Amino acid sequence: MPRHAVERLGTVTHLSILDETGAVDKALEPDIPETDLLEMHRAMLYGRCFDERMLKLQRQGRIGTFAPIKGQEAAQIGAAAHLRPSDWLVPSFREIAAQIWRGAKPRDIWLFAAGYNEGVAIPEDARDLPLCVPVATQLLHAAGVAYATKYRGEDDIVMTFHGDGATSEGDFHEALNFSGVLDLPVVFVCQNNQWAISLPLAKQTRSKTIAQKAVAYGIPGLRVDGNDILAVWVAAKEAVDRARNEQIPTLLECVTYRMEVHTTADDPTRYRTEDDVAPWRKRDPISRFETYLKAKGLIDDKTLKGMRETFRDALKHDWQETQERIEELDAGDPMGIFDALYAQDYPHITEQKAYFRERLKRERAHG
Amino acid sequence: MAELTMIQAVNLAMREALAEDDAVILLGQDVGVDGGIFRATQGLIEDFGAARVLDTPLAEAGIIGMAVGMALNGMKPVAEMQFSGFSYQAFHQIENHVARFRWRTNGRFSVPMVIRMPYGAGVRALEHHSESREAYWAHTPGLKLVIPSGPIKARALLAAAIRDPDPVIFYEPKALYRAFKEDVPDVAEPIKIGKADVVRVGKDLTLIAYGAMLPRAVDAATKLAGDGIEAEVIDLMTISPLDEETIIQSVKKTGRAVVVHEASRSFGVGAELCARINDKAFFHLEAPVKRVTGYDIHPPFFAREQHYLPSVLRIYDEARETLTI
Ligand SMILES: Cc1ncc(C[n+]2csc(CCOP(=O)(O)OP(=O)(O)O)c2C)c(N)n1
Ligand SMILES: [Mg+2]
Repeated sequence: MPRHAVERLGTVTHLSILDETGAVDKALEPDIPETDLLEMHRAMLYGRCFDERMLKLQRQGRIGTFAPIKGQEAAQIGAAAHLRPSDWLVPSFREIAAQIWRGAKPRDIWLFAAGYNEGVAIPEDARDLPLCVPVATQLLHAAGVAYATKYRGEDDIVMTFHGDGATSEGDFHEALNFSGVLDLPVVFVCQNNQWAISLPLAKQTRSKTIAQKAVAYGIPGLRVDGNDILAVWVAAKEAVDRARNEQIPTLLECVTYRMEVHTTADDPTRYRTEDDVAPWRKRDPISRFETYLKAKGLIDDKTLKGMRETFRDALKHDWQETQERIEELDAGDPMGIFDALYAQDYPHITEQKAYFRERLKRERAHG
Repeated sequence: MAELTMIQAVNLAMREALAEDDAVILLGQDVGVDGGIFRATQGLIEDFGAARVLDTPLAEAGIIGMAVGMALNGMKPVAEMQFSGFSYQAFHQIENHVARFRWRTNGRFSVPMVIRMPYGAGVRALEHHSESREAYWAHTPGLKLVIPSGPIKARALLAAAIRDPDPVIFYEPKALYRAFKEDVPDVAEPIKIGKADVVRVGKDLTLIAYGAMLPRAVDAATKLAGDGIEAEVIDLMTISPLDEETIIQSVKKTGRAVVVHEASRSFGVGAELCARINDKAFFHLEAPVKRVTGYDIHPPFFAREQHYLPSVLRIYDEARETLTI
């Protein structure tokens, strides 16, 4: 009869293994094969170099708006590292490192960023959905994909990414709820980078953590230092294994920071100061991982320098290839704008296509 | 008098409304500290405070649903959707409630509010940032739909929209935000919602356009004038409710009409105009009414978006063709 506490609703843990100085908690340190450690490091560093290069291309006017990932490499690679090729990746719009990890080609990413539909070139055997701009909408797709997987009795899982801002949209809550109610093999990776354009987390939610939102939906919520690749790896493994083996969804909050502009159309000096950003520079996910790998004797400054140089050359080559492709596309005809709307053509589209072809001649003759 | 871009004029109208009426409140994503991603609300939080220039969590349905409640309780919300492409997250609030509150309560409640949203192609943006889907709103009874074509009109129309007793979708052609400046008067010359503007008088044909296509229609008219053809150009300004009178009067005079919009062709505003002209001016027509519109596809990614948009040359060619009949 009297008022009493209901059963314990769940706990949210915070996991950190490799701190910002590069010191490791030996008791929690995962046993990751050296080759895997190096592969993850390589992907993070490559992601960083790719991002820097992309920012330059944008500033030179060669590509359009995009969302930089700087500072969020560990959250993406530590999570995506557990995916098998047959698992699904359902990204939002700030996961370039994860997409490259899964096999996306620099040329395609850049073609897309340069405004060509041809940049969306998902191979037939890839289970990667395209970048998704409308915030949080992709999360329900992830749940639906997971349902189909489970329905067919397959043990593939779905990993989907979203931001802290996305947790305010209804779609986020619906996705968590559906996944919980239907026991779906999906992992929601929240890159809590503290900002949604100009809105700081404190104005986005009164919740102390994002992970705790999982509790309301009756599913596990984990919180990790998202700049700590080891912690992300461990937590994501737990979530992926649980999804695969027990069909239990997880909300995995990676606490990280958006070091760069929101997108290249944004001016963060309007809403945050260097004082806000400075502490996070010391928490860089790559440098602490490198300290760790150096201590293990797996890399040294010379290898790092060599890697950066190799990446720089490769990216230069990739951009050249992209430019050639752009020139080729520009020289060709743009009739493709009518493609892929439906599985078949309809008379009104065929008619408009013919009209457009004539218009092209006229516009081109006119200069 | 101040030389302003359209985005500055939008800002001015909101500043004036905030100063004039305590019930006015702005809300949306990044409208406060950031001043809006297009800077429409720049400087307003500083002057009117965070309670009246409200940075909201990232949820469009939340913004519009809240605005409904605010309007029900005596406030005048001016909500910003960051792009029209994200207004669909609030579609149910707009269709189920914004458009209906007066009607479904037999006039007991009303929800006067303005929902501002940038629309249209031409700014080299990502997917979902370039569409022109005004027909959704125009098709919904109970909503008004206003689309400005430049700074002076944007300021006056937004002022009128905020004063309007009914909800107004204020659809801003983002390609014009910084395209040109105009001398915006110190005191707004009022423009009535529901009125079109004859921006150029002519006798040979009527070009009807709005938003970002208006300047292109005007350029086409100039080009036609070079051939000795006098086109009358009508800026709709309010799409719904439509100013039928101005349109019919013009078409009765010219006998020929070309409707221009960047939205895709089928089931669009152009189709409605054709129908109205058929109904009311059929026996004055010398030629079928033409539509110069976007194609029935999604606007392609930005490298090819200009192929999608009606060009000045295309408007000119179609107008010439109308005259050959
Ligand atoms: C439904 C919707 N509303 C608004 C936007 C505009 N927008 C793009 S990103 C963004 C902020 C997203 O914040 P968060 O979820 O934290 O992701 P982050 O950008 O930090 O990676 C906003 C408001 C959008 N893309 N989709
Ligand atoms: Mg964020």
